[in-house]
Amino acid sequence: MTTTAPVKKPVAKASTGTLLDFKNVAMQFPNGTVALQGVDLTVNRGEFVTVVGPSGCGKSTLLRIASGLEKASEGTADVDTDRIGYVFQDATLLPWRNVQRNVELLAELHGETKASRAGKAKQAIDLVGLNGFETSLPKQLSGGMRMRTSLARSLTLEPELFLFDEPFGALDEITRERLNDELLKLFTEQQFAGLFITHSVSEAVYLSTKVVVMSGRPGRVVDTFDVPFPMPRDPDIRFTAEFAELVGEVSHALREGHH
Amino acid sequence: MSGAETVITSPRDVAIERRGERQRRAYSRGRGPLIWMPPVIVFLILIGIWYLVALYYDKIQGLGFLVPYPHLVLKEFFNDQYFSPQLWQDLLNSTEVALTGLAFAIVIGVLWATLMSTAKWLERSLYPYAVILQCIPILALVPLIGILFGYEFPSRVIVTTMIALFPMVSNTLFGLLAADRSQRELFQLQGASKLTTLVKLQFPGAMPSIFLGLRNAAGLSVIGAIVGDQFFQRGNPGLGVLIQVTTSRANGAGTFAAIIIASLLGIVVFLLFGWIARLVVGKWYEF
Ligand SMILES: Nc1ncnc2c1ncn2[C@@H]1O[C@H](COP(=O)(O)OP(=O)(O)OP(=O)(O)O)[C@@H](O)[C@H]1O
Ligand SMILES: [Mg+2]
Repeated sequence: MTTTAPVKKPVAKASTGTLLDFKNVAMQFPNGTVALQGVDLTVNRGEFVTVVGPSGCGKSTLLRIASGLEKASEGTADVDTDRIGYVFQDATLLPWRNVQRNVELLAELHGETKASRAGKAKQAIDLVGLNGFETSLPKQLSGGMRMRTSLARSLTLEPELFLFDEPFGALDEITRERLNDELLKLFTEQQFAGLFITHSVSEAVYLSTKVVVMSGRPGRVVDTFDVPFPMPRDPDIRFTAEFAELVGEVSHALREGHH
Repeated sequence: MSGAETVITSPRDVAIERRGERQRRAYSRGRGPLIWMPPVIVFLILIGIWYLVALYYDKIQGLGFLVPYPHLVLKEFFNDQYFSPQLWQDLLNSTEVALTGLAFAIVIGVLWATLMSTAKWLERSLYPYAVILQCIPILALVPLIGILFGYEFPSRVIVTTMIALFPMVSNTLFGLLAADRSQRELFQLQGASKLTTLVKLQFPGAMPSIFLGLRNAAGLSVIGAIVGDQFFQRGNPGLGVLIQVTTSRANGAGTFAAIIIASLLGIVVFLLFGWIARLVVGKWYEF
């Protein structure tokens, strides 16, 4: 199978450099709602940035601006790559397509050949551990497996910047922790930069190199925490005092920013 | 005469849907042949009532031909030297009108709905006419259709198409617009064109809804064919004319036989399209 192996990234990724740079970004919707105000945020290569903030503070809006789905009404939102992965809150699979065909979708939309699509899909399916489920339909999968399929679909883009909008929010605790570990593995192996939104402070601390805390609407960045734990992350750090302390600090900042 | 938008899913189905697929399976398959018992019992009761009514007309009113006994109607299907071949020929004619009218309704309905789905202003401009079409009493148009298209097959097909069109338009449109926001954005993020989004997202997603419309339209097309016969009787008309003729000749058994055949045609067409729907999208969608 070596001959059909998908083409690896032609350019070696620099380990530094800014992929996403938001300066003084504000977002006011036509109906007058101000979702974001004066947001400064950077995501560098090699970083996994997590955003926590109260519901409705504009976190999704932030990602929508980053992906180009929405245009900031003020400030500059620079994104220095066009290989952007976007994982939605729900898996957004097409229910009439099996896992294989769902994972192939993005390459298909880019007009790639069948062979190229299949190669990319196979690699991505391997990465998320869905081998053997290629012909399953979404309705036959568990929530966790659907999310894996969704991840695999974005992985076919070989993204440099990966946006996640509360992807594991609807999953049970155990599935969520497993997917966190696999996501971290992907992060170290695939070397994308991540911008991840979650409601869970411990998930934020566990996953990321940097945690950004936002205030209630209109959302502003109220605090930023660097997460010092080394990157192939040991699942057991979750039970250390340092981890608990950082979770406490972030939670505190979150509560402060709320009012 | 215009078919209202029929919603086929029964409240019971909806309730079962909510209770989840597994229970639904248990309901429809697990009980085995028992599931057929209630309707069969009702059928037998209805036949019994029919006999009683027929008995009343026959013995007390002395008008047996008005409501003939069921077995006399049954005999009509096979025995009569003249009537039976006519019945089958008319069934064939009506089926032809219904299916032709339905084919036009499908093509026009899907194109119309697709056009409307592409832009909000097109939907706003064109949807009212789908509703208006639905409100026009076909009877009022009969002289016009007759003058323009004659009193034969084409006019019967036009009436059928007009009656069957609305569910195709509305269900297709509903299905095409039902793709959810994040799915659309998934396509948008990859720079997919409108056409690509239509072909790869909206149409496949709309199939269950389109088939629901198709099933309703198919039922209505049979109604259309029978109604068309009443107005446009030249050429080779079908069951509608047979019903009229047998009535005017006081051939009660013949009338009943024709009505039953017309109803069976409607049921068969309805079941057929339900079956095709399950064949095409049943794999991923539970009807
Ligand atoms: N298109 C829009 N038009 C008007 N208001 C909008 C629009 N999109 C979002 N909003 C509003 O902007 C605010 C921020 O929305 P957003 O979805 O970004 O919040 P969020 O932080 O992701 O919330 P949650 O945690 O609940 O997902 C909300 O009050 C929302 O109602
Ligand atoms: Mg959100």
